[in-house]
Parts: sequence; structure tokens; C-alpha cells
Amino acid sequence: MATAAAVGHGHPPTTTGLDHRKVAIWAFIGSECMLFTSLISTYLAYKGRSITGPFPHEVCNPPQCATTLQPILNIPVTSVSTFVLLMSSLFMVMALAAVQNKGKPGWAGTGRFARLQESSRFWLMATAIAGTAFLGFQAFEFTSFVHEGLTIRKNLFGSSFFTLTGFHGAHVTVGVLWLLTLFAIDMRRGLGPKDSLIVDISALYWHFVDVVWIAIFTLVYLIK
Amino acid sequence: MATAATAPAPSPTGYHEASGVWSWLATVDHKRIGALYLYTALAWFIVGGFEALLIRVQLQGPNGRFVTADMYNMLFTMHGTTMVFLVIMPLSAAFFNLLIPLQIGARDVAFPRLNAFSYWVYLFGSLFMNVSWLMGQAPDGGWFGYSPLTSLQYSSGLNIDFWLLGLQILGVSSLAAAFNFITTIINMRAPGMQLMRMPIFTWMAFVVQFLLVLAFPVITIALVFLQFDRFFGTQFYEAAAGADPLLWQHLFWIFGHPEVYILILPAFGLVSEVLPTFSRKPLFGYPVVVFSGIMIAFLGFGVWAHHMFAVGMGPMADTLFAMTTMLIGIPTGVKIFNWIFTMWGGDLRFTTAMKFAIGLIALFTIGGISGVMHASPPADLQQTDTYFIVAHFHYVLFGGSMMGLFAGVYYYYPKLVGRMMSEKIGTWHFWLSFIGMNLTFMPMHWSGLMGMPRRTWVYDAGQGLDTYNMISSVGAYVQAVAVIVFMWNLWSSRKKGAVAGNDPWGAGTLEWSMPSPPPDYNFAVIPTVTSRYPMWESKPPRSPDGPMKSAKELGIPMPNPTIKPLIVALFMVLMFASMLLIHLGHQQLAVASIITFALLMVLGLYSWLLTPLEDAH
Repeated sequence: MATAAAVGHGHPPTTTGLDHRKVAIWAFIGSECMLFTSLISTYLAYKGRSITGPFPHEVCNPPQCATTLQPILNIPVTSVSTFVLLMSSLFMVMALAAVQNKGKPGWAGTGRFARLQESSRFWLMATAIAGTAFLGFQAFEFTSFVHEGLTIRKNLFGSSFFTLTGFHGAHVTVGVLWLLTLFAIDMRRGLGPKDSLIVDISALYWHFVDVVWIAIFTLVYLIK
Repeated sequence: MATAATAPAPSPTGYHEASGVWSWLATVDHKRIGALYLYTALAWFIVGGFEALLIRVQLQGPNGRFVTADMYNMLFTMHGTTMVFLVIMPLSAAFFNLLIPLQIGARDVAFPRLNAFSYWVYLFGSLFMNVSWLMGQAPDGGWFGYSPLTSLQYSSGLNIDFWLLGLQILGVSSLAAAFNFITTIINMRAPGMQLMRMPIFTWMAFVVQFLLVLAFPVITIALVFLQFDRFFGTQFYEAAAGADPLLWQHLFWIFGHPEVYILILPAFGLVSEVLPTFSRKPLFGYPVVVFSGIMIAFLGFGVWAHHMFAVGMGPMADTLFAMTTMLIGIPTGVKIFNWIFTMWGGDLRFTTAMKFAIGLIALFTIGGISGVMHASPPADLQQTDTYFIVAHFHYVLFGGSMMGLFAGVYYYYPKLVGRMMSEKIGTWHFWLSFIGMNLTFMPMHWSGLMGMPRRTWVYDAGQGLDTYNMISSVGAYVQAVAVIVFMWNLWSSRKKGAVAGNDPWGAGTLEWSMPSPPPDYNFAVIPTVTSRYPMWESKPPRSPDGPMKSAKELGIPMPNPTIKPLIVALFMVLMFASMLLIHLGHQQLAVASIITFALLMVLGLYSWLLTPLEDAH
């Protein structure tokens, strides 16, 4: 007969051994995949269907456009911003490692940069700054496109391009706010191994947003 | 059965939980949230049913003048939208909430506050959408909202804005709930509760959560495009700018067809609980039922274009989608046979729940067969946009989903409330529903095949449609009586019904091992499960004897009640609602209020996330 004495305190262990939040973030990422699939598919379905310029990769000549318009996508600049975003993923890995290993003496070796490598604050901030830089590039890109005559209402390319990259940019913005929140917590009370999970989850989100950008960069910018 | 039904009268279990309005606003208990979902969805069921009644009054005779054409458009749009998004989905969510933790042996869902958030978003979103009635601008583009009808050019009012913003809000609710339930089922099963021992309802709920997670983002994007087209002048659905006129239809039905299975699989799950209990036999072919459910969900993503045979996609696409559509009939048919074989040779008890479950088998089969008929493109070209289609989807949605959900209400009401619903009134409810439903929708097969178009507010006399429509309308009035009978049963049984006890039906699954209603912590001791029907096949895990103890006395950590999810949900819905101002020409005010509510929402979110779920222990 069960009595109160037999009742365990605290929560029973989870079935998989994983934290609930870890399972949930994967479900969330699965959902986000469909979100971006819908956006990217629409962009690709509308590729070449715009009836007026500017176009992504082609020159638009009169009479289709009032004046000759050059291809609008700036691949060199976007390559740089892509590189920055990819580096941010590396910083994120470093941040997670720093949080997970905090307090373990000498885990980063004794080299000249060991102290830097051990600083979760540095890597969190570096990730956030790289993300912000990416957003800066995007703001620059959007502004220059508008100056060149491409707005969200101009043609199908403008509508689908700004919506797709804008959604991605919004995701990066959320990620940056998330990282800054973690940074603030780190400043206030310090993040340690017991906080690995919350950093791990933000890292999963951040890497996902990066991977989406690789898909966008390839499908939108590189493939003509 | 663990204990005899001899508990004292006032509260069937003698166990007192917090009461009062505040305790409901701040609740994070999955059973209470389930109850909130149930009662809210039933309220919208009355509203959606009332809309249907007005439609049937209008169509009772030829050239009806009861409502205007514009009003008629709003009525059929809101009837469909309400029944799909505000009734059947949340009724299913009510059962997900009530049952999943109980069936898998958990004390709550994985994220209790997120669960409360889902409900409040649903409530505020449903209110938002229906506020449009008060402004006389209810959505009027059909529940499917085909472009270009929804473009600013053809729908300049707020009608479509209410619809698209409302659906965005409801999408947030469904997605948040889906992440929650996926995590709950993956991660919170009691020891021994292997996947292939889970009750079928939980299995079907599990499958549905994946459908939600994968289908809702697609409609979210489709609606974002529509919103941008209407608010910011993008050209996604602007054929004159070179846009694909079918983009909306593809995106909508890539969501819309899995949505059909989101609506039906929970009902399938419920009858898969009811039939074994009242046949006193384990479900026939349990693994087959599980895998056919998974198969239905998987194939459900590959059949969407059968809604679009009439648009001229070409013989290749038509053939492909016809084949996948007919294919999906196989796992569905398999389930029907599993249920029949479950009853075969069983010790049948015809309770109200059982009657509704059998009603589902009969009526869903009719709807399924007419579905296979228009899976064939040549047949579909004759049937599409006629009342034949209306007949088909009412047989699967009313005859299928609603019958299954009613079965679930009668079956689980004792667990939720602690008292039995009246079987006598229930029998009346069943027969009135069954007869009314067939009177309403059976004649539509004929009026449809004779060419009566859907979504049209009048028909002329002398086309042979008068009698069929009169019968349909009479059937609708019978159904209205059925709903009143049901509501009366629900209301009067809560005090007058016989005390239920743990397991009034002699059922086999884990939720029947605990008191009715269960204490807020569900299981005083997390059970160890060794079989699919623990109450039948092994020693039933039982609650501690004697008066029930509180979670505190038992040392069980409980989440603290909080209204933060409600507040965040409210600000989120107000943020969405502020977008209407863009369309009203108050751009600056719109931007200001969107930013204000977004900031308040984020503040609320931070306050929520930085507060621990429960007190330190």
C-alpha cells in the first residue's frame, strides 16, 4: 500500500533524460524549417516572373525598365556579411564551451589567449556584435536597394526578396536580444556549468538561423 | 477497480482546490486549462451553430430574403472559420490538456505556463475575430480566403483583415500548444510507458502535434503575404504583376489538408478509447491503428492539390494527387475495420459515449466514401463547388470529428467533473444529432449532384432543389434541439449526476486509476506501467488510501499560479489588433500602438521567464 512516505520529492526524471526545453527547441526548429521553406519556395517560384526591374542577376533594359538597370545583388558585400554571420556561430560555440567548463582549472590550456577563451562574457558579446554587424550589412543592403529603385512594392522580386531576408533579419534580431539577455545575466551573477542548458538552447537557435542564411545565400545570391 | 464510488456528496472526491475567478485566471493546471478550452469551445459551438441556422433559414425555400447576400457571405465564412478554428481544434485541445498527462502518468504538461498562454491566446484571438460582427465587418471571403477575392481591390473593408489577423493569432496558440505536447509526450512518460504502450488517444494527439508544427508555419507565411499585400502593397497575389494566381491555393492547402487530419485524428483517438471499454476488449490491432495514424499524417502532406483539380494543373499533377488521395483512404479504412473488429464478439454496452463512437464509424465511412469519389478528377470536376462537397465534409467533420468529440465528452465528463452525465438525456442527444445530421446533410448529396453551387445565397424555384433544401433546413432545426439537449445535460449533470468514482466505466487505461476529478498533482505516486491496459491486465496502480492529501503534504513540487501568461497573451493580441489601424489610415497611431504593445508583451515575457515556475524545494 502506497503511503506518503513512498512519495519522492522533486520531479521524476524525464523519459529521454533530456531537459524539456531541449526537446521543445528541436520541435520549434522543425516548425521554423517549414516557415523558411515556405518563404524560400515562394522566392524561387517567383524567380524570373517579375515584369519590371530591377532584377537580381540580370540587366533590365528599356522598354522593360524606364532606364537601364544593373543587376542588384551585391555578392561581394553579402559574402562578407555571410562570413561575419558564420564567424558568429564559431563565437557561439566558444561561448557555450566557456560556460560549460567554467570553474574547471586550466581547461583552455595555459596559452596566451587562455583567459580570453575562458571568458563566456567575451564570446557572448562577440556573438551578439557579429549578429548586429550582420544586421548592419542588411540595413545597408536594403537602403542601397531602395536607392537603386527596388522596394517591397516594386515587383515580385522585391516583394519576395525583402520578405524572405526581412524574416531572416527579424530572427537574427531576436537572437541578438537573446544573446544580450544571456550576457546581462552573465554580468549580474555569472553563467556557470549549471546554466549550460539555457546557453545551449540559444546556441541551437543561433546556429539554426545561420544555417538558414547559408541556404538563402546560396539559393538567392549565388545561383543565377 | 481501485475504490468503490462511495465518496461524500459536495465535492465528489472530498478534495478542495483553490476556487474563485482569480484561481481560473491564474491557473497553470492542465486539467483546468482543459476545462477552459472545453467550455470556451462549446460556447463558440453555439455561435457557429447559430450562424449555420441562419444559413439554413435563408436556404429553406427558393429566393430567400432572410439575409442579404453580403450577410450570407459573412455567415458562411464565419461558420466555417468558427467551427474549424474555434470549435473542433480547441475541443481537441481540451482533450489533449485533460488527458495526455493523465494517460502517460505525468503530473502536468512540460510547460504549464506556456499551456495557459496557449489558452488565453485562443480566447482573446477568438474574441478578436468575432468583434468584427459588432463592427458589421465580419470576414466574408470563405474560410479558405482565396485570392484575389481577398485583395484590397475586391475586399476593401476590414473583413479580411479580421480574418487574417485572427488566424495568425490562433496559429500562435496552436503552435505553442504543439511544442508543449510534443515535449510532454516525448519526455514525461511514466516508467514503463513505452511508446507502444501509450493509449491510442495520446498516440493520435502526438501525431496531430507534428501536423500542427509542420502545417501551421505554411499558413502563417501565406497570411503574412496576404497581410503585406493588403497593408504594404506587395505583389504576392497580384496576377497583373506576374504573380502566380495559384500561390495562395497551394500554400493554403499545404496547410489545409493536414488541417483536415488535425481535425479528425483526435476524434479517432477518442473513439479508440471508448470502443475497447464498452466492448470489454483491447483495441483490435493496436500497432496497426498507430501506424495507420502515422501513415495518414504522412500522406496528408502529399494530397493538398486535390482541392485544386478544377484550376487546370494538367493531367500529370491531377493523376498524381488523385493517386495519393485514394492511397490515404487505405490507412483510414484500416482504422474503420480495427474498430469494427474491436466490437466483434465483445461484451457491448451501449452507453451514450458508445453510441456516438459507433455513430462516428457509420457517418465517417459515408463521408470517407464520398471523399474517394471526388478524389477522381473527372468526378471532382462535376462535384467541386457544389453541395456534394458540403455534404462530404460535413459527414467527416460533423459525422466524424464532432461525433467523436461528443463521445469523448460523455466518456470523460466523469473524470473532469466527478459526476456522470445523464444517459437518458444523452440518448436523446445522440438520436436527435444523428437524425438531424443525416436529415441536413444527406439531401445535399442530391442537391449538389443536381448542380446547386456552394456559397451562393439564393437558388431559383423550379430546379428541383426546393424539397432537398427544405429537408436540410428541418434537419438543422433538429440539430439545434439536439445541442440544447446536450447543453442541458452538461449543465444539470454537474450537480445532479451520480458520483463517478475512479473508474465508472471499467476502463483499462491509466487515467481511470485516479480519483475523479484528479487532484491537482494527478498522481501521488508516479505509477510504473507494464501493459497497454494497466487497469485490466496488471495490478492497477492506485492512489494512497484515506482522504486525499494536498501536494504540499505529499511534498510534490507544484507550479505557482500566475497571470503572466494571460497578460502576455493579451498584449500580443492587442498588438495584432493594432494592425487594423494601418488599414484605417491611422499609420502613425498604428505604429505607436504596435510598438507599445510589443514592448509590453516583451516586458511581460521577461517577467514571466525570469520568475521560476515553482518555489525552490
